[in-house]
Amino acid sequence: MPKWYTPVAIACGLMFVASPLLIANAPYEATMGLVQKIFYYHMPSAVMFLVAAIVCGIASARYLFGGSPHQDRVAWAAAELAVLFGIITLVTGPLWARKAWGVWWQWDVRLTSSLMGWMVAVAYLLVRRYGGPGSDKLAAGLALFGMANVPFIYISVNYWRTIHPATSVVPTLPVSMGLPLWFCLTAFVLLFVLLLKLRIYLEEERARLDALYLSIEE
Amino acid sequence: MLQAIWLIVRKDLTVEVRSREIAYTTLFFAVSCVLNFAFALVREGRPPQDGAAGILWISIAFAGTLALGRTFERERQSETLRALLLAPTARPAVYVGKLLGIIALLIVAEAILVPLVSLLFQAPLLAHPFWLLAVVLTGTIGFSAVGTLFAAMLVRARSRDVLLPVLLYPITVPVIIAGVRGTAALLQPEVDLGVVRFWVALLVSFDVVFVTLALWTFEPLMTD
Repeated sequence: MPKWYTPVAIACGLMFVASPLLIANAPYEATMGLVQKIFYYHMPSAVMFLVAAIVCGIASARYLFGGSPHQDRVAWAAAELAVLFGIITLVTGPLWARKAWGVWWQWDVRLTSSLMGWMVAVAYLLVRRYGGPGSDKLAAGLALFGMANVPFIYISVNYWRTIHPATSVVPTLPVSMGLPLWFCLTAFVLLFVLLLKLRIYLEEERARLDALYLSIEE
Repeated sequence: MLQAIWLIVRKDLTVEVRSREIAYTTLFFAVSCVLNFAFALVREGRPPQDGAAGILWISIAFAGTLALGRTFERERQSETLRALLLAPTARPAVYVGKLLGIIALLIVAEAILVPLVSLLFQAPLLAHPFWLLAVVLTGTIGFSAVGTLFAAMLVRARSRDVLLPVLLYPITVPVIIAGVRGTAALLQPEVDLGVVRFWVALLVSFDVVFVTLALWTFEPLMTD
């Protein structure tokens, strides 16, 4: 593991310990009150979910057309993180929506495309787990198609109706709310990088171990 | 290239016409699917509002999944897929050949499904035959384009029967949304053709993107 890993891991842990204090001290939002504070974890996890999905898609494309096993490991690690951050997003979202919109779930464009993206990530992991030999390419193909799918889901659901707050709301937040948000986002970015690095490291060690076993047998 | 495609389509159709295995099983499955919906949803002779479009597309998707699984299973059982891939022809030709076979089969299934749904759910599906044809055909192409590629890739996978729907349904969500919305728009008392045109345009662009992507990735995906 690289030298920076341990200090960054400690920093990230401290940030997550400190984040509830910052969130608790942030002012209440006028109409939604306490429940709005979910936002400080919801939005960063949603951003990391999107980043993980993009990393997975790009790494898959590079693996499919370049053939480097490293890219395959990156894609796998990113897919697992997409599922993880996706769960956080999809659980915190409805908790907020219940209060803000009065319903747990809406077939809104952002919600639908997030859910579908999450399902593709889960399908990716299912293929990796149960696909048997050759499933690495199969999963890469799935990731590529999943990426191409996003604009279509977006357009088709957008044609119905959208009630999710637009992302343009973020820069307009007052400092008292913006500060905890950016703090949490940084913590989530660090967590994402740490987990990704750890997961790739694990896969690389596993590949090395397999190679060693093979060389012993020969 | 065109000749290779034609040969593959003809080969598949000949095998199918002689055995009729996939056509009969798929058609029977599609019909029983619609009947199940009728039992579940029609109350005292009154069908649910706006249900017909969804039922039609779910049946198409289910029957399509069944057909996709079977076409490649046949190639696997007789070890002919290897021969097909070893043949001195461009890989995309194999893909297009298989795709056309699936589309032809699904069109036959739809020719039975559309009147059946129309009858059982009292939906005026045939009021605008041209637009219905456009929605159904573009939707079928999109669904089959993704399905053929995944079914071909899964031939060598261990649990392919389970994995095909798992992969196929999340990816074909836009086709199902557009197909259902487009068909539902045709079933309104006052048909707004602008809406239908939007969904057909979306389906056409989906078809173009996914067929291109499949042609592009078929070669690396089918190489060991």
